[in-house]
Amino acid sequence: MTTAIAVPEEREKLTKKALTADHPTWCPGCGDFAVLAAYYKMLERRQLPQENIVTLAGIGCSSRFPYFVNTHGAHFIHGRAVPLASGVSLSRPDLHVFLFGGDGDGFSIGGNHLEHGARKNINLTYVIMDNFVYGLTKKQTSPTSPIGFKSKTDPTGAIDHPVNPMKKLISAGATFVARSHATQVNHMIQMMERAMDHQGFSVVEILSECVEFFPGAFDSSIPRKGGTYSLIDEKKWDDTPEDEARHDVTDEIAAYRLANLPFPGLFGVFYNIDRPTKNAMEKKWISDTRAKTGNRSDLEILQKTFDRMK
Amino acid sequence: MSTSPVVEEPETPPPTPGGARADLRPEHIREAVIRLAGNSQDGIQSAGAFLARLAGRSSQDVMTYMTIPSTISGGASIFQVRIGSGEVLSAGDEADFLVAFYQHSYDEHIHHLREGGVLLYDSDQVEPDPEEKRFVHVGVPITGLTIEALGGTAKDKGKNIFTLGLLSKIFNFDVEKLKKLITERFGGKSEDVLNTALMAFQSGFAYPVGNVLSRLYHFEPADASAQAQITMDGNQALAYGLIAAGVRYGAGYPITPWTSIMEILRSEFPKYGGLFVQAEDELGAVSLALGMSYAGNLSVTGSAGPGISLKTEAIGWASMAEIPLLVVNVQRGGPSTGLPTNVEQSDLYQAIFGGHGDSPRVVLAPRTVEDCFYVALEAARIARKYSTPVFILSDTSLATRIEAFDEPDLSGLMMNPAPDISPRDQEYKPYALDHLTHHAPPGSRMLGDKYPVVTGLEHDEMGHPTGSPKLHAAMTAKRRRKLQELAKEIAIPEIHGDPEGEMLLVGWGSTYGPISEAVNVARERGESLSSIHLRHIHPLPEGLAQIFSRFKRVLVIEMNDEGPYGYGQLASILRARFCDPKIHSLTKTDGLTFRVREILEGALK
Ligand SMILES: Cc1ncc(C[n+]2csc(CCOP(=O)(O)OP(=O)(O)O)c2C)c(N)n1
Ligand code: SF4
Ligand SMILES: [Mg+2]
Repeated sequence: MTTAIAVPEEREKLTKKALTADHPTWCPGCGDFAVLAAYYKMLERRQLPQENIVTLAGIGCSSRFPYFVNTHGAHFIHGRAVPLASGVSLSRPDLHVFLFGGDGDGFSIGGNHLEHGARKNINLTYVIMDNFVYGLTKKQTSPTSPIGFKSKTDPTGAIDHPVNPMKKLISAGATFVARSHATQVNHMIQMMERAMDHQGFSVVEILSECVEFFPGAFDSSIPRKGGTYSLIDEKKWDDTPEDEARHDVTDEIAAYRLANLPFPGLFGVFYNIDRPTKNAMEKKWISDTRAKTGNRSDLEILQKTFDRMK
Repeated sequence: MSTSPVVEEPETPPPTPGGARADLRPEHIREAVIRLAGNSQDGIQSAGAFLARLAGRSSQDVMTYMTIPSTISGGASIFQVRIGSGEVLSAGDEADFLVAFYQHSYDEHIHHLREGGVLLYDSDQVEPDPEEKRFVHVGVPITGLTIEALGGTAKDKGKNIFTLGLLSKIFNFDVEKLKKLITERFGGKSEDVLNTALMAFQSGFAYPVGNVLSRLYHFEPADASAQAQITMDGNQALAYGLIAAGVRYGAGYPITPWTSIMEILRSEFPKYGGLFVQAEDELGAVSLALGMSYAGNLSVTGSAGPGISLKTEAIGWASMAEIPLLVVNVQRGGPSTGLPTNVEQSDLYQAIFGGHGDSPRVVLAPRTVEDCFYVALEAARIARKYSTPVFILSDTSLATRIEAFDEPDLSGLMMNPAPDISPRDQEYKPYALDHLTHHAPPGSRMLGDKYPVVTGLEHDEMGHPTGSPKLHAAMTAKRRRKLQELAKEIAIPEIHGDPEGEMLLVGWGSTYGPISEAVNVARERGESLSSIHLRHIHPLPEGLAQIFSRFKRVLVIEMNDEGPYGYGQLASILRARFCDPKIHSLTKTDGLTFRVREILEGALK
């Protein structure tokens, strides 16, 4: 496999066509199509080396994502994609790690991993396609289902207090936390691109309607259906009196305040701070440790260890 | 075992050690079993480890055995060292020397002393039975003398090193080598700590033990041409084996007795440019490791039984997605939290079958501390070649015991850790049916312009999900064939003892020492007994049927329960595999390693 393969010098432009893989198996009208389109657009815009893009996912309708993108990818198990992606990110700094999944995958079965990935500030971009329901398993209550939602597991309406994704992510220690909407392609691209450029654990929650099992879930946030779609007005730091009232994305308390607004709330970046990533800190530890060994060869280091055990 | 290991050898007595009575005749011995019994906070483990290391440095064979209470500090604990000038296979059934620090140590362990053995006891703490005449009683006020030697704040901390000095006198150990070892151990700390240790050692050594002991001992010199010896415990050997195997990444979560492997790897990997991550739990740990493996860096995760249970879903993914992974299980007593600090081999089924679906994986088991090093290399070789998860089944006894073994020739063993991200040509198929999968990690350019998605869903050759009955059958067979291919290339186990005869013992894992010793003892007595030891447990090597056919009975020896049908875990597998009614089973579940005597009784009854 490794014998002298002629590698073309010239790289072709990374087009949507080049990025397209299997035809999505989602139901017609599913919000996830738009998220996929936004991802293609962002990748086209950024022209990263194709072989260095990694598209990962857990299990769920939304987690089918990797099959539809022509990049290296892995379709993992339910709820564990954050540590999988962390393993890729920590061992291969040359790669761009993108992770896609659903609300059940991220906030329920994977909730603990989400907490720790965020706390450790692992450098990756995580898009959660939140449809407030379990789609793949056909309409059970999800951790983001609103109280009263009638599902097959709550036939008289959901009773458990739902997760507030923004609050959960901020309190866990995620360093970039944004919210977007599958009907707003440009906004999604913007958010994904900022998430990708952020060094650290960056999450974009995208409200993405499951037309099959929770149709109309997000109508109150879709203007053409009579809803309101309002963006966060971020501080421009321009010393104008208007700027006073704008949102400081580094202000944790202010971010919680926005996250507490009743549904549909606001869209945009809630929280964005710089904190050293685990990747950077481990890298420093590794290079300091290497320096202490005198950057010796693997064989020399192990031999020295064995000499001490004699 | 029936013969005393303390052999009188009157020729050329060595010079009498300093301070001893001139008329004390040193006795030449070939081996000795020394049991230190006290509390874990007394540092008897470190005293025992010094002895083991010293023996290793003197090219003597050594094996240790210890029990550690699972309570955090305190609790009765022992450390047994068997030092020999010839091959040492087990830590010894009975002790020749018992060092008892407390009354409870005496009460609990006096039965482990052989008749005629020496009881060395702290006369400040222990009152031996005055009626007892079977042993040589040597009382030394260890506590008082240690306090006297070190004074004030140290209290009786240092009893272990004092005792080491005492033993050095009795056994004529190489004092300079021991002092060097102590200096290496404590030299990194403050000068005070080192001086205190050396003072304790000196006063133990200076104690006129010759006045109460009628003879001193001297180990016969080991084979002078012997190779340099490495002295370490099984977890260390496994960890360094992984490093030699080119493993540079991994993730884990602490659990006894696996923890020290992850602690070593956490500090060692960065020296080699790698990284070991402490995960939030075992689900996270195996997933992190799979992410690293997927990224092209063959990775390791590990645990003991409870944590392995949590990893099983992801290991099934590794089978299906064909991602190589090393899974270390340092077995302890189960199920559930079970016996966290005792030994058992009851996770064999879990390793082989502990997954949903038909999820082939390879299972290997090291037999000695030395083998812990080499089994890691073998596991990594197999994982890379067959793109599959590989289990390494170690256990508490291997993890915690110290052995000396021939220094490995590292330059010939080191494996390349670099991920293969070479470009893949147009023909590349992630899951080709006609040859072994060779995973293309991210970073590899795909010249056919089709990038692979590895998946836990059943898939076609290109990795597309499929529900095709034909493809599921074909892919299941492809994954299973890896084990069949592997079985062809692994060595047929060597027979220890006669190549044919009455009875063949079959063992796996840490029971190697006592089984081999049992065969030696039986043969010395003129009985027909042989053994083989399986290192590759799943798949089994070929050629076992031919070996079995040469014996009248086959007895499988293992530390797990006989189950509802009367057969231990490996015995059941061998019976299922060979349908041979002459395969029998000897099991035990007391959480302790097999004694040679128990094997002989089970085999020859
Ligand atoms: C360990 C395990 N438990 C349960 C399932 C079944 N399962 C698959 S997807 C899913 C929930 C998916 O919901 P979500 O993550 O919100 O994704 P969606 O389908 O809504 O996009 C469940 C329960 C599974 N595949 N694995
Ligand atoms: S079930 Fe819902 S989430 Fe799944 S593909 Fe259909 S619309 Fe989308
Ligand atoms: Mg969902």
